[in-house]
Amino acid sequence: MDFSLSDEQVMIQDSFRGLLSRDVSLDLIRDVVAAGTACDANLWSALTELGMPGLLITEDFGGAGLGLLEATVAAEELARAMAPVPFVGSAVLAPLALAHGENDELKSAWLPRLAAGEVRLGAAITEAASGARKGTGVTADGGALSGQARFVLDGGGAAAFLVGDQSGGLHLVEAGAVGLESTLFPTIDGTRSVIDIQLEKTPAQLVAGGNSGVRQRLIDAGRIILAAETLGAGAEMLRRAVDYAGERKQFERVIGSFQAVKHMCAEMAAELELCRGLVWHAAYAFDHLPDEVTEAAAMTKSHVDDVGRFVARTATEVHGGMGFTDLMGLHYWFKRIGFNRAALGTPDRLRGEMAMRLLTG
Amino acid sequence: MDLRDREEHRIFRAEVQDFVAECAPRAPKERMFSYRIEPKKFADDVKAWQRLLVERGYACREVPKEYGGFGAESDHLKSRIIAEEFFAADLPQGLMNQGISMFVPTLLAEGTEEQKKTWIEPTIKGDLIWCQGYSEPGAGSDLASLKTRGDEDGADFLINGQKIWTSWAHVADMIFCLVRTEPDAPKHKGISYIIFPMNTPGIDIRPLQTMTGHPSFNEVFFTDVRVPQANVVGGRGNGWAVANNTLVHERGFLANANLSQERLNRIEKLLLDETVDGRRLMEDRAFSDRYFRLKARVHAMHLHEMRLASMMQKGEKPGLAGMVCKWIGCELNFELDTLAIDAFGEMGVMFDGIPDIMLDGVWQQLSMYDLGLIIGGGTAQIQKNIIAERGLGMPREPKPAAG
Repeated sequence: MDFSLSDEQVMIQDSFRGLLSRDVSLDLIRDVVAAGTACDANLWSALTELGMPGLLITEDFGGAGLGLLEATVAAEELARAMAPVPFVGSAVLAPLALAHGENDELKSAWLPRLAAGEVRLGAAITEAASGARKGTGVTADGGALSGQARFVLDGGGAAAFLVGDQSGGLHLVEAGAVGLESTLFPTIDGTRSVIDIQLEKTPAQLVAGGNSGVRQRLIDAGRIILAAETLGAGAEMLRRAVDYAGERKQFERVIGSFQAVKHMCAEMAAELELCRGLVWHAAYAFDHLPDEVTEAAAMTKSHVDDVGRFVARTATEVHGGMGFTDLMGLHYWFKRIGFNRAALGTPDRLRGEMAMRLLTG
Repeated sequence: MDLRDREEHRIFRAEVQDFVAECAPRAPKERMFSYRIEPKKFADDVKAWQRLLVERGYACREVPKEYGGFGAESDHLKSRIIAEEFFAADLPQGLMNQGISMFVPTLLAEGTEEQKKTWIEPTIKGDLIWCQGYSEPGAGSDLASLKTRGDEDGADFLINGQKIWTSWAHVADMIFCLVRTEPDAPKHKGISYIIFPMNTPGIDIRPLQTMTGHPSFNEVFFTDVRVPQANVVGGRGNGWAVANNTLVHERGFLANANLSQERLNRIEKLLLDETVDGRRLMEDRAFSDRYFRLKARVHAMHLHEMRLASMMQKGEKPGLAGMVCKWIGCELNFELDTLAIDAFGEMGVMFDGIPDIMLDGVWQQLSMYDLGLIIGGGTAQIQKNIIAERGLGMPREPKPAAG
């Protein structure tokens, strides 16, 4: 048994951290959020060279052929730096769907271009992951989709969208397809793009049928990646809080010497430490323990979301009034953590799912 | 990352499983938590089980053979496999008490050959019970300000002073005790770690009644207690360093994932079995929600321990990761007890319950005991200071200005 990152995984961590600490600044984040693109082109190119868009794509399609554990390592670093580039939708959900799906034509058409960073894909699996809301839902009829798909992750600038239908099937719809209308869905997190799409007999290609199990794989993967992001974002907020508390003086002392402040930081640190094993294990389960992964993903995301919320508010409080202002930019991390908590299953929904599985055996 | 056992560990796991299958009938029926709640000398079947575990290398396995142990090389994964297999079979693991879990590792690191030869074997076999003389009425969280003093008198020390919160003192054979032997040295440099029998003349033990209704700890008064200077462990004036070594061991044994998992398993069964108005408690979202919150935390504790074991296996220092267990684990146990008590409704106030339903009758006892553990062994607040100052490098509390 070895429950630690391999040398290769540590290398991935180091190379992401190195590149991101060099290339991502608060100014860059601000500019991208202001522009509303949720993607910085230069950063995208640099990360493409590092292999980010093709991490999960097999080598025969030009990717790195790595597992979800490696993807969580990358996700944690991307969120630590708050890198404004698409990831969970375009580099995780869409390629996994295509790779696990039954449509070889789609694989050859899209996977190499995804891996090369030439195109991006959005992913609309919210109804499956979070439940259907009134007025939403997509139905498939022959080769055409109709209805509304909400909360398309990484939708802005995507060449095509992965869309889940009401009977569990997954389809690929091109952005310019007939009868498709997209609307920007503004969220608190301006570093990633979400859209709603309206479909009216829009031509689509089947990626995986309703009984394929692919949809659940995507939900599990998405939840694990978001938990890894929240862990990275939370760790960064804690780091900033500890730094700030070591500099800011009141009553002729740095505030970090007051126990009230120290204990806030200690609680954040302890809670975050305990999250790491959950995230690693869930990702490992995705790669190696298929019977355990759905439960592990739900348990991990529900817990990490709660810890994330605690860390996001506490780290903000340690910064006092500065935490509330835009001057330090702390709110970008706060918002990412809030976004992740809501996306692909809130903690309440996840615990409800686990209870249902326990009760119905 | 590879969560499967490698060949060596697969073989070892099979050995443990064979042992479990063969020897389970010899396990004592009375469990450790009844000893924890109400200390007493170990019953013969408990000691026989402990001897068997030591002999087979499933308890105190790293204690060298010449001191009565099994002499295994340090292997955190094997220790973990033993814990997992014993837990799965609901068998009691080796004894954990202050003598075995704290004194023995300290003596191995700091003791003389003669001290090791004399004390380790009877301690790990459960024949000798130790208590820890650390806290004093005026020295709790600020332990180094302790005042119990040992005055040189020929080849002896004459010890005078008072200890408090001394768990197990009323049943202990021996004490390891912090005593100020160098009155002129700075606070942290004037302390010695001294061992002596509890029946030495001049020791007065007064059990402290606790909220659990059972005296689990004591006040201990020393009046001219004569102890040879040779009973110092780790050198005169070195007691603070020696004691810190011991505290590291204590924090590991106050909280571990199996203690929490045992509570969680019983709670799951309780919520699935118990009905209110014909509906199972687990069908009540309020209860299932609390259950799954705690289940995630227990799972996280297990995984965290696996991570620590892997770090130690590779020779890495856990640092911050190692500092969080006592606080998180003790809080978690208290929350688990609280959920069980709430699930019972009015029945939850049952006190000193019916023995054959075991834990179901002692949740109140456990919850008070677990609250005690949040305080004992370094309070939650001291743990947070340690995490912040040693783990995160935050500045220490400045000393108040004189006058």
